[in-house]
Amino acid sequence: MAGTNALSDTPLLPEASTLAERVDTLFFTLTGLDALMVLVLSGLIIGFAVYYRRGARVNRTTNVPETKTEIIWSLGLLTIFLDIFVWAAHLYVEEASPPKNALEIHAIGKQWMWKFQHRNGQREINELHVPLGVPVKVVLATQDVIHSFFVPAFRSKQDLVPGRYRTVWFTPSRIGRYHLFCAEYCGLDHSRMRGQVIVMEPAEYEAWLAGESGAESLPAQGEKLFSSLGCIICHGAGSKVAAPSLTGIFGKPVPLTGGQTVVADETYIRDSILTPEKQVVAGYEPIMPSFRGRVDESDLTKLIAYIKSLSREDARP
Amino acid sequence: MTTVGISLRKHYLNHDYSFRSWLTTIDHKRIAWLYLVSITAFFFFGGAAATLIRLELATPAADVVETETYNRLFSLHGIAMVWFFLVPSIPATLGNFLIPLMIGARDVAFPRLNLLSWYLYVIGGSFTLAMAITGGVDTGWTFYTPFSSLFANGQVVLAVVGVIIVGFSSILTGLNFIVTVHKMRAPGLHWTRLPLFVWANYATAIIMVLATPVLAITLLLIALERIFGIGIFDPKVGGDPVLFQHLFWFYSHPAVYIMILPGMGVVSEIITCFARKHIFGYDGMAFALLAIALIGFLVWGHHLFVAGESIYAGVIFSLLSFMVAVPSGIKVFNWAATLYKGSVSFETPMLYALGFVGLFTIGGLTGITVAATAVDVHLHDTYFVIAHFHYIMVGGMVMAYFGGLHFWWPKMTGRMYPDVWGRIAAITIFIGFNLTFFPQFVLGYLGMPRRYHTYPDEFQLLNVLSSAGAPVLALGYLLPLFYLLYSLRWGPVAGPNPWEAKGLEWQTPSPPPEHNFDHLPVVTEEPYAYGLPKRDSDAARG
Amino acid sequence: MAYRSVIPTPPGAEARPAPQFDSLRQQYEADTLGMWIFLTSEILFFGGLFMTYIIYWAAYPEAFEAASSRLDLLLGGLNTAILLTSSLTMTLADDAVLPRNRKALIGWLAVTALLGAVFLAIKGIEYSREFREHLAPVFGRPFEFPEPHAEQARLFFSFYFALTGLHALHLFIGIMVVLAMLMLAIRGAPRLEAKVIIAGLYWHLVDLIWVFVFPLLYLAARHG
Repeated sequence: MAGTNALSDTPLLPEASTLAERVDTLFFTLTGLDALMVLVLSGLIIGFAVYYRRGARVNRTTNVPETKTEIIWSLGLLTIFLDIFVWAAHLYVEEASPPKNALEIHAIGKQWMWKFQHRNGQREINELHVPLGVPVKVVLATQDVIHSFFVPAFRSKQDLVPGRYRTVWFTPSRIGRYHLFCAEYCGLDHSRMRGQVIVMEPAEYEAWLAGESGAESLPAQGEKLFSSLGCIICHGAGSKVAAPSLTGIFGKPVPLTGGQTVVADETYIRDSILTPEKQVVAGYEPIMPSFRGRVDESDLTKLIAYIKSLSREDARP
Repeated sequence: MTTVGISLRKHYLNHDYSFRSWLTTIDHKRIAWLYLVSITAFFFFGGAAATLIRLELATPAADVVETETYNRLFSLHGIAMVWFFLVPSIPATLGNFLIPLMIGARDVAFPRLNLLSWYLYVIGGSFTLAMAITGGVDTGWTFYTPFSSLFANGQVVLAVVGVIIVGFSSILTGLNFIVTVHKMRAPGLHWTRLPLFVWANYATAIIMVLATPVLAITLLLIALERIFGIGIFDPKVGGDPVLFQHLFWFYSHPAVYIMILPGMGVVSEIITCFARKHIFGYDGMAFALLAIALIGFLVWGHHLFVAGESIYAGVIFSLLSFMVAVPSGIKVFNWAATLYKGSVSFETPMLYALGFVGLFTIGGLTGITVAATAVDVHLHDTYFVIAHFHYIMVGGMVMAYFGGLHFWWPKMTGRMYPDVWGRIAAITIFIGFNLTFFPQFVLGYLGMPRRYHTYPDEFQLLNVLSSAGAPVLALGYLLPLFYLLYSLRWGPVAGPNPWEAKGLEWQTPSPPPEHNFDHLPVVTEEPYAYGLPKRDSDAARG
Repeated sequence: MAYRSVIPTPPGAEARPAPQFDSLRQQYEADTLGMWIFLTSEILFFGGLFMTYIIYWAAYPEAFEAASSRLDLLLGGLNTAILLTSSLTMTLADDAVLPRNRKALIGWLAVTALLGAVFLAIKGIEYSREFREHLAPVFGRPFEFPEPHAEQARLFFSFYFALTGLHALHLFIGIMVVLAMLMLAIRGAPRLEAKVIIAGLYWHLVDLIWVFVFPLLYLAARHG
């Protein structure tokens, strides 16, 4: 990987996301403090051990008040630790939620490869193209065991847990190619479940996105599935079956039988397709069959994209 | 007292040499030896796995073993080292041998239960060996679901059964120690006069009793899931794989304190003896042991920052993880302060103890680094974490174990080993250890994940450095095997107190008689009364 | 507690403390503390399982309630009464120890063991019904439960068998212990009182565990 491989250019790890620099500052501050503490402590230990070695003629009477000294250094440590904690927690919480306008990409991890699907249907395997300077939200799903999406250059990591959607987001800040690793042991070829994240200028990214794949957009593919799987029979306009309408439901609260209300997010839609009896909409009978075994993660991604698209007037890719 | 030739005086080793007397012994001192031999065997077993791992990782490609084998090797390394070496190490060997002696008792409270504990260890170990021989597991020592419950095709059930059984060994040992310390102290031995080694094992025993049962039920659920398919952690039937992680770490985090507190106890005994000075801040040291044990139960979620735990839980666990470092910091500063105005000599045990303090400090401080949530997102599941815990468990605990072995060897065997070789080994271990593990901090920051059989080329240099350190470390570990065994036959006879140490264990012959003390000791002075002027606070306390 | 050995002991087996102890009192205190610590570890063992069950109950309340209503409340309630009574008889056995009431001691120990055995028998009856009705997802047997709760009901019944199975195992061990005490009481043994009382502690724990198991499993559907 010569030439454009950013890793071979820099001795240390490149800072390729807006988060990376902030994490590095914290990390190197911590490391510096650690080094200082180790030096001070080893200095004291070696110093005392040598100065007060057996046979050395030095003054050994001492009056150091024990408890007071302990309290002083405990409070000192506590103060330093609390400051670091607050700094780290603040950064962590701030960076936990993606911005609303983040570019969404769907990732499916499976033993032992990464599959990515962009909004317009463009698919990649083990490679992820992303635009520079744009917040990117990756929706993570796994088909089998726990994996972990790890891009060291972004200082980003998030586990993929079966049965749920997780998200990770970043804003790439440096053109280049960066390692993508699976960071949670997932079986035989865990160490080969690797890929590359390719950060491009936004214009180039758009060009690449519209490229020769000829694939339809995710919502369009989802619409096809919606029909072929028979969802349209009950949920389509003009259906004689009492089934909730799906137009505009994404992101809105849904009242359930039993009195609770839940927001119709990706997980809700996924659960409704796989285990429809779990959360039945108020006023409806639990007659929807489960589609477990008839849809895989990829299909779910498309169906969800389609249902999301029913919320918006403008079909934004 | 005059040092009578060992062969004339009857003591716990020579009163009966038969195999049967060893296998049916209820003497805590002999049981300590039974454990010592068994855990040494597992140490070399786990160490062999580590050797192969480092050999493989010297090159980025998979050229020494196949991937299936590699995955089984690192799993075996973790299982053997954690449950069959580190957890029992100091408590079951040195603790068993010394606690009754240090408190002036004839044995532990339940000697037969003690022997049962060892047999449970052996049975659990047999399951583990059986697992290794019939194909091993590739789940890692952490057995995460759903991989371990639904996907792994190895000997998962054998492995978890072995661990469950050895867990019961742990629980019974802890139970024994708690009751022994509560009920069998000699007259005058108040809690505030207990050696810190006893306090440390007591705190460890509490963790053993409270945490290990949770491990047992968690692993039992995995076994049930594999045998009966009950689906508790299977998302397809509504199970939650992350719940396993919570249950597992609820035990396994306190377990890492099981794997360090006894070492801290040993270090306090050694530093005071070889600095000829009483421990700085006895109360603080005892309190810190208990505080670490308690707070250690509250931090398990720091293993789940990116695993699916809410950010609020993450923040709370992070805060608690910072808190648990404070008592550890107290201990480290107090050890340094003990040297201040002491009279320091550098025999082998002291070299190990000083090495412990430095390496444990590095390990502990890097623990702070990973406790910082935002940083852990980057470092989790990388070689940084591996370096962090090896600094504590190997640079810390194993060095303390070796230090303790060297300190109490004359008491246990009546022989002294050549101190020159002891020091050579200690220094070799220190150098080899740092060579092996320091590069891993850098590797982790650069992003090399854990449990990787093959890796990108740019990580090779650091891996080579790490693998170069491994043979040095291995040499350091092998040396004591030779000179300690040599000393059994040819070492000079040691008297009851060759180090001129304080503590009741030194008031009885080396090796001790079967019943420990010819005359029941009565304790009248503070621990570590090494004769240097006392502190104001001591005088005030009286 | 005033301590003397009052049940006749065989000749030559006078009540002497074990060699590691200085006095019978020290031994008794150590034994009792040891048993309490062991019981604590048992509580943590079952506690882990309880926690897991409760978490899933909270996640799938309707399914768990539907599944719970398939348990035999009558037999379960009967068993609860039996076990609670057995704790009473165990306490009565304890009480018979010091006033040298050998007959009462033997009698109450026997009743306790008998009640435990009856519990296990009734449990067996429940299990066989559940097997017949295909509610037992164990040993590869088919599991049938009406939709829409089939999957989570399977989870419920897995917990049911795990919890009651582990409890039954502990109860079986308890019965063996009580029978052992019975033998000792009949033949006479040193320090019998201490042993009976400590055995009683274990019995009470087994009862206590059931006191939690029963409402968690059987009464899940009947609240509010």
